[in-house]
Amino acid sequence: MIRQLNAFYTDKEVLKGINIDILSNSVTAIIGPSGCGKSTFIRSLNRINDLIPGFRITGEVIYRDKNIYDKDVDVDDLRRRIGMVFQKPNPFPKSIYENIAYGLRIYGINEKQKLDEAVESSLKKAALWDEVKDNLNRNALTLSGGQQQRLCIARALATEPDVLLLDEPCSATDPISTAKIEELIYQLKQNYTIVIVTHNMQQAARVSDQAGFFMLGELIEFGKTEDIFKAPKDKRTEDYITGRFG
Amino acid sequence: MLSNKRFVLKFKEFLIEKLLFLCSLLSVFTTIGIILVLSFESIKFFKEVPITKFLTDTQWTPLFINKHFGILPLLCGTFLTTLIAISVAVPVGLISAIYLSEYASWRIRNIVKPLTEILAAVPTVVYGYFALLFLTPLLKKIIPSLSGFNALSSGIVMGIMIIPMVSSLSEDAMRAVPMGLREGAYAVGSSRLQVSLRVVLPAASSGITAALILAISRAIGETMIVAIAAGQQPRLTLNPLVPIETITAYIVQVSLGDTPHGTLEYRTIFVCGMTLFLLTFILNIFSYKLKKRFQEIYE
Repeated sequence: MIRQLNAFYTDKEVLKGINIDILSNSVTAIIGPSGCGKSTFIRSLNRINDLIPGFRITGEVIYRDKNIYDKDVDVDDLRRRIGMVFQKPNPFPKSIYENIAYGLRIYGINEKQKLDEAVESSLKKAALWDEVKDNLNRNALTLSGGQQQRLCIARALATEPDVLLLDEPCSATDPISTAKIEELIYQLKQNYTIVIVTHNMQQAARVSDQAGFFMLGELIEFGKTEDIFKAPKDKRTEDYITGRFG
Repeated sequence: MLSNKRFVLKFKEFLIEKLLFLCSLLSVFTTIGIILVLSFESIKFFKEVPITKFLTDTQWTPLFINKHFGILPLLCGTFLTTLIAISVAVPVGLISAIYLSEYASWRIRNIVKPLTEILAAVPTVVYGYFALLFLTPLLKKIIPSLSGFNALSSGIVMGIMIIPMVSSLSEDAMRAVPMGLREGAYAVGSSRLQVSLRVVLPAASSGITAALILAISRAIGETMIVAIAAGQQPRLTLNPLVPIETITAYIVQVSLGDTPHGTLEYRTIFVCGMTLFLLTFILNIFSYKLKKRFQEIYE
């Protein structure tokens, strides 16, 4: 649940009073033209924006009855429970196995058996296991772009989060990989709460249950995906969806 | 009239281009010239002293009546001071690189980085006297058996001298690691230290290694500090407390003396020079290769 969220880079306001209720075990899509603040929005949900100098935020992001921006929140722990996948696949320059084991190792889990199990189950959930199970020691950078992105999803799943944030996960992948990732999102929905940012309207329509349309830092419209696409209430949403701009 | 003007312009352009070309050739020819001179004199040297003697004899006494021409004691001196320098420069340099690249705010970095680079602008002769007149007496209070000339204090000071090089080049390598990699690491719940040590450092390792090799080759070639503070007694030892002599210090010693031109003693300088050149040359090639590999990964 998000209440009155405002975000700034130095003094430029990029998000203006956003209010959204994100339902658990469903897919929420965030759509909108470039520069509308949708990336800033999703990056505020696991506080990864804190890394950017000059970033400031007001308002509340309520997760498990607690505002994640409260002072006593353990940010590292928060990020472990709210996983994130980025626009550009960013596997570590390590082996496939170590990429996934990383999240557990930094948590102090080093037993081989536990790591093996986590690697296998994460890769299976990310639908990558069959393609890589025979060479887990291969360097992750030798995988194709689509495989790298699924590896990043597996890496995010390894720490057993309950929310998964996907920031334009398919912007750098080919159509076949995109289809695989969409299929994957559909599967993962049963166990995870998913928020996905996309500029691909068909994708939003295909994968999401609810959708929010952002423009110039404002949330223009939010509701069931069906309603947004079939009967948008706001003229601007309609114009964007029908491709009149953006 | 117009075509005439254009002709003059084109001719000027032509002249300038050739001039610039000659300037760039100058440094290439100088390098080739140095290599040729070193090679010629070394060949003459090896006509009188067999190369096996040069590489295996454990004494270096070309200026004594009982002459020995074994490079090992000088190599050992160079190795020892370099080793001490590296063990000072690597930890300090790397830690400061990690701090500057991963922890420091933009403002602190802009103040600290130029300040550390000032260290690199101190003339080496100043470092030399710093080692001889300040550090050695200070260390003597802790280690009474320390000689007035020794490898330890010159090595330490040499290490301080190359810290800026290690930290600045390593920081460049670490900053070249894409932000996306750090975000990926933070997103699974890493602390800042974990991101620095487990993701950024390994990802920048080939760039950092290249920086270290450059620093080593700088330490090997460093002359003034060791000539002033390490002594002039070539000996095959790894004891850092006694006077030793490095290859570079030997060259200074003979060049300053009155060794007659064209004698065997005179040629020892060139053989030493050749040895040094080969050492640093090989290291620089290594460093260059590593750097290229690093760039390939991230571009």
